[in-house]
Amino acid sequence: MQARQEAPAPPQAPERPELEAESAQARALRFVWGAGKLAFSLALTLLGLLVVTFFIGRVVPVDPVLSIIGDRAPASTYDRVYRELGLDRPLVEQFWIYLKKILTGDFGESFLTKRPILDDLRRVFPATFELATLGLILGVAFGAPMGVAAAAYKGSWIDQTIRVLCLVGYSAPIFWLGLMGLLIFYANLGWVSGPGRIGIAYEFSFQPRTGILLLDSALQGRWDVFRNVFSHIILPACILGYFSMAYICRMTRSFMLHELSQEYVTAARVKGVSEARIIWRHALRNAAVPLITVIGLSYINLLEGSVLTETIFAWPGLGQYLTNSLQNADMNAVLGATFVIGIAFVLINLISDLLYRLLDPRVRRRS
Amino acid sequence: MTTPFEPQPFTWAGRRAWLLSEEPSSRRQARLGSFYRGWLALRENPLAMVGLAVVVGLALVAILADVIAPGNPRMGGDLRTERLLPPSAAHWMGTDDQARDIFTRVIHGARLTLQVVALVVATATPIGLLVGTTAGYFGGWVDAVLMRITDIFLAFPRLILALAFVAALGPGIENAVIAIALTSWPQYARLARAETMTIRHSDFISAARLQGASSARILWGHVAPLCLPSVVIRVTLDMAGIILTAAGLGFLGLGAQPPEPEWGAMVATGRRFIVDQWWVAAMPGLAIFVVSLGFNLLGDGLRDALDPKAAR
Repeated sequence: MQARQEAPAPPQAPERPELEAESAQARALRFVWGAGKLAFSLALTLLGLLVVTFFIGRVVPVDPVLSIIGDRAPASTYDRVYRELGLDRPLVEQFWIYLKKILTGDFGESFLTKRPILDDLRRVFPATFELATLGLILGVAFGAPMGVAAAAYKGSWIDQTIRVLCLVGYSAPIFWLGLMGLLIFYANLGWVSGPGRIGIAYEFSFQPRTGILLLDSALQGRWDVFRNVFSHIILPACILGYFSMAYICRMTRSFMLHELSQEYVTAARVKGVSEARIIWRHALRNAAVPLITVIGLSYINLLEGSVLTETIFAWPGLGQYLTNSLQNADMNAVLGATFVIGIAFVLINLISDLLYRLLDPRVRRRS
Repeated sequence: MTTPFEPQPFTWAGRRAWLLSEEPSSRRQARLGSFYRGWLALRENPLAMVGLAVVVGLALVAILADVIAPGNPRMGGDLRTERLLPPSAAHWMGTDDQARDIFTRVIHGARLTLQVVALVVATATPIGLLVGTTAGYFGGWVDAVLMRITDIFLAFPRLILALAFVAALGPGIENAVIAIALTSWPQYARLARAETMTIRHSDFISAARLQGASSARILWGHVAPLCLPSVVIRVTLDMAGIILTAAGLGFLGLGAQPPEPEWGAMVATGRRFIVDQWWVAAMPGLAIFVVSLGFNLLGDGLRDALDPKAAR
């Protein structure tokens, strides 16, 4: 912009600013329209999430009144609590009350921990976040290059080996792989620490700040803690990473194959561009855009995988919280955790969608 | 041209020519012919054949479970002497903490697995087809409403939604099936809708409508059959996911209840003995892995053979 202003005025100078102003206005309008549409569909999806969790909560065979007062309370107490919970009102009104509660962050109280669900979720979320993020980093770091290699050497033994590795990744039950990992690397080889997030010795001597222990220990310069935390997280993260690797690798391969069959690649080859440059500079750049959606999706899958993985590794995160609540019929906690995971799912989708628009000029122009 | 009405002396070559005929003279011949062509394409792919073998093997094992492993999968032997024995000639996969033979349990567990998959597919596919074709065919607000509902179901990770449903309905294999089916149909609906949108303006649909066919008839008689192949491929690819979700629910204690020989629940039992008696968890897990691998291989092969567009 600055360079243009300083340059001598071109012949059509008077027309130019006007044109630009118009397009900027149109762009702003389009942006507002797009954002409004997005916000509307987001709100609708969230409302749907709430409807689903609400109705799941209603069909539970557990009597919410009895779970509060116990089965020895007199009938008058039962009636009072029944009314206090709003169970005597019409379903639509109950939903409205539920909606208002959720919007103020009130998910109710956990039957198990006797604390507000939101506090519980805030406490357990960092652990899952740390695990899933490390898993995703591993998955992308290995999956994307392997997918590129498989596409570049399509049909060769490299491709075949990578395909088999990926197949194993999305066929093996994650909880079983976790158990086998514990058996081999913890019990037999002793390379990693066992279940849990941090050694008992450090649990009380170390004060985490953000709850993301790797970050906390590094920031506080406690490298002994860092090493201990790392030896705990690496096995579950590798197991989760393997699953996202399988998915990311498979998708990268198919995107790359698609790009490599395009005409611009042929043109580049004819021009004499080296194969390495074609793959890394030309094809991968185009394949990277849809890959973002895939990475977003696999992050969500990691949240899901963490439910089973956390159970095995006694990882005090969202997944373990959910399964613990499930096994104790703590419905408030189950629905709260489900809702939070649903929101994470929607948000990750949204972010990957926005990134997609940002990075792909074709999509940007069309919308 | 040979037709079913002019019986020819049976030869394999003649049968083959009849199947591969470019000008089928009956619906049946056309249908069988296209099946045969798909089969020929599938046969080219060795990995897909491995997958098919696994799936057929699973079905056979499920049917013949009592012959292959005549013991009782729910009752154990002598708790003092036969508990947690390592794999041996007498107990191929060892015994568990209730002194039950793990091999017998794994074999009988094939029944449960196949049952779950069959029931989920039988429920989720028609729902998905119905919703997807309806949305795609009518368009407008019907489409908007149905697809919004579909998106909401897709907005939950699968296992989490199934967990929440099972938590509400109570643990058990029937409820696990319902929960998994409820989480499976949206993907089929999406696919069926996309397929329907590509064919809803075709001439043959207009022709059927001009003849006065009702919307229901057009949907089930003309649109749904054309969506079926891609949905079937999708379902086959999905079966591995169904098995893994069911096993995951079982592992968390929300699927089939003990003493049923459900593979996921068996892995969960083995958790306690993982360090010293690894086989208790390893063997049923291996069974889940092999079966889901088989379905994945078959699904990949089917997609490559029947749907060249999506293959690459």
